[in-house]
Amino acid sequence: MPQNSAEALTAQRKTTSRRPAGTLYRGREGMWSWVLHRITGVAIFFFLLVHILDTALVRVSPEAYNAVISQYQTPIMGLGEAGLVAAIVFHAFNGLRIIAIDFWNAKHQRVLFYVVIGLWVITMIAFLPRHLINVFSH
Amino acid sequence: MTSTIVAPRSPYSRSPRKNGVNWEKWGWIYMRVSGVVLIVLIFGHLFVNLMVGEGVSALNFAFVAGKLSNPFWQWWDVAMLWLALIHGGNGMRTLVNDYATTRISRGILKSSILAAVVILIVLGTLVVFTFDACPAGQPADLLPTFCQAV
Repeated sequence: MPQNSAEALTAQRKTTSRRPAGTLYRGREGMWSWVLHRITGVAIFFFLLVHILDTALVRVSPEAYNAVISQYQTPIMGLGEAGLVAAIVFHAFNGLRIIAIDFWNAKHQRVLFYVVIGLWVITMIAFLPRHLINVFSH
Repeated sequence: MTSTIVAPRSPYSRSPRKNGVNWEKWGWIYMRVSGVVLIVLIFGHLFVNLMVGEGVSALNFAFVAGKLSNPFWQWWDVAMLWLALIHGGNGMRTLVNDYATTRISRGILKSSILAAVVILIVLGTLVVFTFDACPAGQPADLLPTFCQAV
């Protein structure tokens, strides 16, 4: 967008203050939650593509499906699943935070980020031991 | 270039659009509505497949066949398939719009996303609704136990 250069310069100066106004996404919790939301979203999308293809093998034959699904039961893939669940749980809770900010207001967005982290930790504590036992004891 | 230059300091306004659907708005709403539904569907999916019983170690054809012969799980999985792929595809479209700098790269990337989403929705839906839990001529120990009664 071609803008008057003097005007652009003033706008730049205005935003070099320590506390940028009018944006959630510049710096600190607002920015990092946004970055994590994007990274986890992309990771989940690519897993989803693979996961639909592997599940489609049930239509080919029981052997074909079992051969591929047994790859998901190895220790390395088990750790990958832990990472996948970690990404999904963060994306889910931060998605609720985004909805709260959009439909309510952004006053508490910073606190809500730590609520998201807290809920994520609790969910992972509930999930991880059980999953890791399932992966490593078989 | 025939666009007119507006007077300085005139208020910002979008180019007038005549009675079109605001697709970006509906996309924005879709991300939020589908997101909430997907939390229920995916958390349920993960709980049943990874937490109940022996979790990921118990997954095999017989397990999936048992689930997919129940209309409840068929519709659960199809709802998840459609909602998640469109949610993910729209999210990827946003990233392409943000990070792909040329018109041609945006076109290629967004066409690829659309193709992947459409193909996988069709494939997944066909798999769920044409699935045979007891395929003929397969070893009985790989099939769900209810196949023996047939």
